[in-house]
Amino acid sequence: MIRSDALLPILVMLPLSLALLLLLSGRWGRFLSLAGMVLTTALAALLLSHGGQPLHHAMGGWPAPLGIGLRADGLATLMVMMTALVCSAALIYGEYWFDGAKAEQGRQFRPLAWLLWAGVNALLLADDLFNLYVTLELLTLLAAGLAALMATQAALTAALRYLMVALIASTAFLLGVALLYGATGTLALELISIRVAANPQPVLVVAMALMVGGLALKAALFPLHGWLPPAHGGAAPPVSALLSALVVKASFYVVLRLWMGPLAPLTGGVGPVLGVLGGMAIVWGGWQALRQHNLKMVVAYSTVAQMGYLFLAFDLLQGAGYASALNGMVLQAVAHGLAKGAMFLAAGALVVAAGGYRVDQLQGMASRQPLAVTALAVAGISLAGMPPTAGFAGKWLLLQAAWLNGQWLWLAVMLAGSLLTASYLLKVVAVTFLPAPVAASVGCGQRLGGVALMLALLALLAGFAVMPMLQLLAPVATTGGWL
Amino acid sequence: MSDAALLLITVSCSLVGGIVIFLLPEQQRGWRTAINLGAALIKILCLLLIVGAVLNGQVLSVRLPFLPGADLVLRADAMSLLFAILSALLWLVTTIYAIGYLEGAPHRRRFFGFFSLCVTATMGIALAGNLITFFLFYELLTLTTYPLVVHRGTPKALAAGRRYLAYTLVGGVVLLTGVLWLQQLLGSVDFSHGGVVSVLADSHRPALVAIFALLIGGVAVKAAVVPLHGWLPEAMVAPAPVSALLHAVAVVKAGAFGVVRICYDVFGIEYAASLGVLQPLAVMAGVTILWGSLRALVQSDLKRRLAYSTISQASYIILGVALFGPLATIGGLVHLVHQGIMKITLFFCAGNYAETLGIHAIDQLDGVGQRMPLTTVAFTIGALGMIGVPATAGFVSKWYLGQGALAADMGWVLWLLLASSLLNAAYFLPLLHRAWFRVQRQPWPEEHIPRRPGRETSLLLLLPPLVTALSVVMAGLWAGAPFSPLVWAQLITALEYRP
Repeated sequence: MIRSDALLPILVMLPLSLALLLLLSGRWGRFLSLAGMVLTTALAALLLSHGGQPLHHAMGGWPAPLGIGLRADGLATLMVMMTALVCSAALIYGEYWFDGAKAEQGRQFRPLAWLLWAGVNALLLADDLFNLYVTLELLTLLAAGLAALMATQAALTAALRYLMVALIASTAFLLGVALLYGATGTLALELISIRVAANPQPVLVVAMALMVGGLALKAALFPLHGWLPPAHGGAAPPVSALLSALVVKASFYVVLRLWMGPLAPLTGGVGPVLGVLGGMAIVWGGWQALRQHNLKMVVAYSTVAQMGYLFLAFDLLQGAGYASALNGMVLQAVAHGLAKGAMFLAAGALVVAAGGYRVDQLQGMASRQPLAVTALAVAGISLAGMPPTAGFAGKWLLLQAAWLNGQWLWLAVMLAGSLLTASYLLKVVAVTFLPAPVAASVGCGQRLGGVALMLALLALLAGFAVMPMLQLLAPVATTGGWL
Repeated sequence: MSDAALLLITVSCSLVGGIVIFLLPEQQRGWRTAINLGAALIKILCLLLIVGAVLNGQVLSVRLPFLPGADLVLRADAMSLLFAILSALLWLVTTIYAIGYLEGAPHRRRFFGFFSLCVTATMGIALAGNLITFFLFYELLTLTTYPLVVHRGTPKALAAGRRYLAYTLVGGVVLLTGVLWLQQLLGSVDFSHGGVVSVLADSHRPALVAIFALLIGGVAVKAAVVPLHGWLPEAMVAPAPVSALLHAVAVVKAGAFGVVRICYDVFGIEYAASLGVLQPLAVMAGVTILWGSLRALVQSDLKRRLAYSTISQASYIILGVALFGPLATIGGLVHLVHQGIMKITLFFCAGNYAETLGIHAIDQLDGVGQRMPLTTVAFTIGALGMIGVPATAGFVSKWYLGQGALAADMGWVLWLLLASSLLNAAYFLPLLHRAWFRVQRQPWPEEHIPRRPGRETSLLLLLPPLVTALSVVMAGLWAGAPFSPLVWAQLITALEYRP
């Protein structure tokens, strides 16, 4: 019987070793990948069954200041599970997508996606600031590589631009880490928390601004979002799904961790700033999504808007609404991961079937690609925060938090954002009901749409598992997340 | 069977049916029909079992954890059964009609799948035990009716669908705001006879007035109260069974039922009266009744005239609620059922005219009574019921509403009812005159179903309107019989007005 905290290193090492194996193996790659997927998801479920009790693991038996620590609480557990589901869906989808002429890209996609999985898990389970930095950096490089996979001019440009922006962001973050290290003499998050609380110096505010600013850039927070739509909209669908569902979410996760932990005493003035930017992201991203004619750009701008909710929630994370806001933002993050992943996968299936990216080419898809259209619609319902989805639960809790704190403006912005979301998705879904112009159907089965639908249904079903999920978060909500 | 299982099966049997229908191939017509009818019958059977329990004085309920401080609650009381039984029975009839109507049409799998989901949502609305559950199914209804409204896939249908969602989604957000606010004041708000908000301190009264406005404003969109009615006439581009569903079984009815629930079981009618919110509601209903009738007069398209008639008639229900007093309550509640069976009859007949002869405009009706006598008899009964002629269901509703107005000392309502009846007569009688007493002047626009001896149209299209027309007469003639809508409405009313 292995100790349960041994799960943590396995959750990182297993995807990592698979990625390396997949670099080598040729014909057996598909099966290896599938088996690994099942195993890793099962391990994530095992972690979930632990009920959110905090787990610590010191790699190699070396305790915190010296060795590398891993830790998992309810929040990390939930995110690990979401990651497993999204990665599995994207990998399965990738098997169908990178088919025939694209087989070469597929051989590159598999190991990169597995590395990304390992990286995201490592970030979610990291227990010190340096590991957070390293994993963030790793994700940036992988994301750029994945975005460039399509090897078209536009994709390469977008990937390169993303890399530049993300490196600037990393530099800012690293500078912040260095300042924090200088002031507190440690990188272990728990120790930093204690030392910052004991002695909040002005230099720490600068450190915080640099770190949060860098992360906001990586998370495409308005007005730093310009790089995201071309990079996510131009990538191959399974890649877009991974980037939008996981990579931007990882930066948000780091902000949340720091917010509740080391930087908690310093957040006072920053909350409203993030709130304003988040609110503007909701409105601007939604408005831009409404104006797009390219299906994948609609979905990409939707990510900008939805990340806005997550950042706006930092301003709700106070006073009477604290617990609701925390629960709401985590649910929103999980729901957005599942729904946005599903949405990019569905968009990919529709683009193939329609033979083009434009929304007005989607005529007749409701009958030709019913699974993909259903996936798009169900995911959209979750994004718009309509019941009975996980997205509804998240929005409901965020609205409740705004109400408890008396933040009426944010309440109105979030409600308006829901209507905007519904509008741009309706615009897309409505076209699919028009009769198809010509019977010339591009040879494409329902498999891509089917995978997308699976993920979308998870976003729907998660709406009925809200209470168990919140139970996992209960210790995080009461202790402020840092034990 | 346990209460919980019974309630869950009642709601979910059409959900499961709908999912199975989606999974079946388009060509599997027989299986699809079997599932449709099977689910409808199971639902009715479950409801009968529940009726038995409720008559014994039980209130069945099941509670599932959903959100912090807000459980999902299904609950069967007398009021939920009024709506649940109405929609379950009419669903069965409409399904049969739709099978005949869509014979050979494309996308039937999609149609019947969403049709089933729609009924699931309606049943959920009927059996919802608290506001959050009500909201959940209310939004689900919005989403599942959209594919039905745009079913034809024409640009006109899409425009109608867009308009429908624009109205109902904004309404949903308004409703959500109200639910959220009340949740902050009261915690979870379970429906209960006589209302639940009266426990709050008097200092909350202004807030409660605002919450009332938000909640009613949210559901009034679906109830098509003027000026929130714009979506309904446009939605007439949908196939006839969908119109029947929107007007008589699900959407408009869900809105009206929402008004009833909010007034009686959230606020409590006596408390609502003391807040002074019922008077404005009555005025709103009155304006809607008149406006809908006036607009109906000038429509030249048969279905659009019926749509405006629905706008007017649905507000009778709201009027019955807003007139404080047991008699008016009885009138409003009973009209929930009566309007349903009368309006569905009219839509079935309009659908028959369109599907058999291609008649859409009113001036094409000349002499149709000769060609389709049975359909026209059903249409006549429905129309006379709408006018409120004695021996029809409509008369019973109006009688109680009038009595209620007198009891509430609101004389203007009597004039309103009189004016509305005259207007109803003015827009329905010419139709009947054309159908029965004029001779056919021009060939039928498009005769899809040729005449056969003894059969004016296909049997599946003919039977449903005859059955519902018969029920209109029965509800009018035997209004006092056990289990009639009237007796049931009296039972509910006795519960709502505490001695």
